[in-house]
Amino acid sequence: MVVSMAVVRGVLVATLLGLMVAGCGYNTIPTYEEQAKAKWADVQNNYQRRADLIPNLVATVQGYAKQERDVLTAVVEARAKATSVKVDASQLIDPEKLKQFQDAQSQLTGALGRLIAVSENYPDLKSNQNFLALQSQLEGTENRIAVARRDYIEAVRTYNTELKTFPGILWAATVFRSNKPMAEFTASEDVAKPPTVKF
Amino acid sequence: MVAALVAQLCAVATAFAVDFPSLSGRVVDRADIIGAATRTAIEQKLADLENKSGIQLVVATVTSLQGQEIEPYANELYRKWQLGEKTKNNGVLLLVAPSEHRVRIEIGYGLEGILTDALSKVIIANAITPRFRAGDFSEGISRGVDDIITVLTTDSSEWQQRPSLRLDYRQPTDPTNWILLVALVVFAGLFIVSPGFRWLVLNVVLNVLATSTSSGRGGFSGGGFSGGGGFSGGGGSSGGGGASGSW
Repeated sequence: MVVSMAVVRGVLVATLLGLMVAGCGYNTIPTYEEQAKAKWADVQNNYQRRADLIPNLVATVQGYAKQERDVLTAVVEARAKATSVKVDASQLIDPEKLKQFQDAQSQLTGALGRLIAVSENYPDLKSNQNFLALQSQLEGTENRIAVARRDYIEAVRTYNTELKTFPGILWAATVFRSNKPMAEFTASEDVAKPPTVKF
Repeated sequence: MVAALVAQLCAVATAFAVDFPSLSGRVVDRADIIGAATRTAIEQKLADLENKSGIQLVVATVTSLQGQEIEPYANELYRKWQLGEKTKNNGVLLLVAPSEHRVRIEIGYGLEGILTDALSKVIIANAITPRFRAGDFSEGISRGVDDIITVLTTDSSEWQQRPSLRLDYRQPTDPTNWILLVALVVFAGLFIVSPGFRWLVLNVVLNVLATSTSSGRGGFSGGGFSGGGGFSGGGGSSGGGGASGSW
C-alpha cells in the first residue's frame, strides 16, 4: 500500500513536471511562427501598396512624357510580374520562392527608379501637383517596405533561433517536428533601396 | 545555452549599435538649435495637443545620425520612445539632423490615414526647409509643429477608427489552455500536501529562471524608459510612415 502510494506520487510528479515545462516553453514556437507570418503579411501588403500606386503614376508621367515609352513599358511589365508572384505564409520555408518574390520586386524597384530619374527631364511634370503627391507616396511606401522587411527579418531570426536553441529545440525535436526554419531575404537591402528623389 | 546567450548578445549588439538620445521631454533638443522661448512655446502646444487628443507629438534634434540614413534612424528612435498610446499608435516624431541637413516626420501606424506621406512632405517642403535654409531652425520647427497640429486636429473622427483596420492589431488570442489549468490545480494541491514536492518546485523554478534570462528575444527595446519631467511614450509603434526632406 505504501509502495503503491509512492509510485502514484512519482507518476504524478513526473506528469506535473512535464506540464509545467509545457507551460514555460510550449507556446513559444507557435507564437513566434505566427508573429513572423504576420510580419510577412505586412511586407506583402506594403509591396501591394506600391503596386497600387503605379497605374496612377504611369498615367501622370505619360501625360507629360509620352516619348519615354520604353521606361513606361518596363514599369508596367515589371509591375505585372511583381504582382503575379505571391508568397503564401506556408511557403515561407522555401528560400527559392522567397527569392523569386524578391527578384520580381527588385526589378520593379529598378524600373521605378529609372522612371523617376527620367521624369527629372520634364520641368512641367516635376511641378505637377499630382506627380509630387504620388512621388511622396511612393517614397513613403518604399520606406514602409524597408521597415516591414526589417521587422520580418527580425521575426524570422527570433523564430529560427527559437527552433535551434534550448529550450525551444526540445519542442522542435518532439511536438513541433513539422516546423521548419523560415527563409530570410537573400539579397542585401541595397537592392530594394528606394529611388532617391530630390525636390 | 551558450549558443543562445551568444545569439542574444549578437541581437542586442545589432539592435543597439546606434546610440539614441533618451526621451527627456516633449522637445529633445540635443543639437541645441531651438531658442529657449520657442522651446517653451512648442512644449506648451505639444502638451495641449496630448491633453486634447491623446496624440503624442515629440520634436527631436540630434547632433549626428551616426552614419545612418534618417529614415531608419527615425523609425528606430520612434520605436525606442514608443510614442502614442499602445492601442492607437497615435504618435508623431519630428526629427531634425542639422549636421546632415536632413529632417523627417515619422508617423505612428494610427495616424497614417490623417497625416499622410504626401501631407508630411508638403509640411516639410513649405513650412520647414525654407526656414532651415535661411538658418532659422526655431522658426522652421515652430511652423512645422503648427502645421502638423493643424492637420492632426482638423478631423479626429477618421484616425480613431484606423488602428482596427491594421493587421498588427489583431493580437493572437490563445484558446484557454485547459491542460495548464488542470495542472495548476493539481500543482497547488501537491504543493500544499507534500514538503518534498515543494523542494522540487523550488529547484525547477530556479532552473527556469536561469534559462529564461538566456532565451530572451531580440528586436526592439521594450519600454526601458525612465526619463524625467513625467513624460514618457505610451507604447505606440510606427511602420515607417511619413516623409523626409533635406535643405
